[in-house]
Amino acid sequence: MTNTDESLKRTPLYALHVELGAKMVPFAGYEMPVQYPTGVLKEHLHTREKAGLFDVSHMGQAFLGGADPVKALERVTPADVIGLKPGMQRYGLLLNDQGTIKDDFMFSKLEAENGLYVVVNAGTKDGDFEYIAEKLRNVAKLTPRPDRALLALQGPAAGKVLEKRSPGIDKLTFMHVVRTTIAGAPAIVSRSGYTGEDGFEISLEGNDVEKVARALLADPDVLPIGLGARDSLRLEAGLCLYGHDIDETTDPAEANLVWSIGKRRKMDRDFPAAEKIMDRVLNGTERKRVGIRPDGKAPAREGTEIADKQGRIIGRVTSGGFGPSLNAPVAMGYIETKFAADGTEIDLMVRGKPMPGRVAPMPFVPHRYKRGS
Amino acid sequence: MSEVRYTDQHEWVRIDGDEATIGITKYAADQLGDVVYVELPEPGRSLGQGGEAAVVESVKAASEVYAPIGGEVTEANAAVASEPAKVNADPEGEGWFFKVKIADQAEVAKLMTLGAYNDFLKGL
Repeated sequence: MTNTDESLKRTPLYALHVELGAKMVPFAGYEMPVQYPTGVLKEHLHTREKAGLFDVSHMGQAFLGGADPVKALERVTPADVIGLKPGMQRYGLLLNDQGTIKDDFMFSKLEAENGLYVVVNAGTKDGDFEYIAEKLRNVAKLTPRPDRALLALQGPAAGKVLEKRSPGIDKLTFMHVVRTTIAGAPAIVSRSGYTGEDGFEISLEGNDVEKVARALLADPDVLPIGLGARDSLRLEAGLCLYGHDIDETTDPAEANLVWSIGKRRKMDRDFPAAEKIMDRVLNGTERKRVGIRPDGKAPAREGTEIADKQGRIIGRVTSGGFGPSLNAPVAMGYIETKFAADGTEIDLMVRGKPMPGRVAPMPFVPHRYKRGS
Repeated sequence: MSEVRYTDQHEWVRIDGDEATIGITKYAADQLGDVVYVELPEPGRSLGQGGEAAVVESVKAASEVYAPIGGEVTEANAAVASEPAKVNADPEGEGWFFKVKIADQAEVAKLMTLGAYNDFLKGL
């Protein structure tokens, strides 16, 4: 029953996914594994307990070169790019001219290299690359690398597992990045991820990725993990999913992502729509992105309306589902700012009925990153 | 003698006289994946054949369960409400959803036999 839509792209690991019994679904223009025979629930729990391997080769990888790519990138993001130390990675927002969020992305400054290594979301990569190339025309050169593959190895055993295939790598700490080899293949490895767990993201040549994936899967602690568990893991970790929790109708202030704006950038106000955004940072916004815990067992899915206790609609869920590690439903969404305080009692309109819940702090499951001392 | 019939929405119904026990098929449970929440109809509620009766949710998505046969709900399976994983473990046994008192036996004829349902699955 595998959907064989000819228009869908495949990552270099397509054959391996099928061999492993994955259920393949269309996602962001690719045929991707949503789950393996293990199932979403166990895949999720295994990642939090040991280690999970994710194929995220559909994401957009690129290098930004030219005379001064570091300064150039600050034209399209409020993140501090200039201040990023070599060997480190950072999270940034890609803003449009109106100051709303065109995408979120990771950028890295590799040791002894002038260029930046960038990873953007799969569903937005073509538009992002076009936008960045246009905005940075004549000052930097963006080279998309659709030939590269990307793996994520996530979970408390990730360090031990990767160390066996790349001696010394376990010394890397959170948000550090290095060029190295894994199972003999050249790789760019960062200590980061999208699950809230310790782990790595591993960029490889497309031709090498299957060999590396098989080597990692041979470890008894590692299971392949599909997009289903990737979503429940990131939701429990309180991390935004682009196109759902943030998009071109949301700005950094209401999305609670002001932490990603560099301190110097806030002072200099030299990013897209900086005056408008800083006004909203300082004076507040009408709504805020918050975490939500339903009191009962019923998940409140994306699109669920949030009501106050008098029945007035005050917001909407943008991501919601079941959190396997909490054995309870979790959600995030936007709510009128006066209701945004943790603990505020609200109702979630699930199938037309009010289900009680409350605003809750995120992450729902504590992050367990391996931070440097 | 009880007999089991099926719908094209992947519900099963076991008919014992005027009592019908309803659940989702193994095929449906496998397609949904890990079930994490089940919402069942209240006893006493009157259901029409094909009407929305229950909701079953996996980690990823929510799906409606329709009444394969009309009648008054006599019992909801509290065990699946408290332990939704039973739906995956034993969908056509312990994982039943609810029972109804059949209003019109003629509706049984509109349902698929096991052979017809298996043929239907092959065509999907």
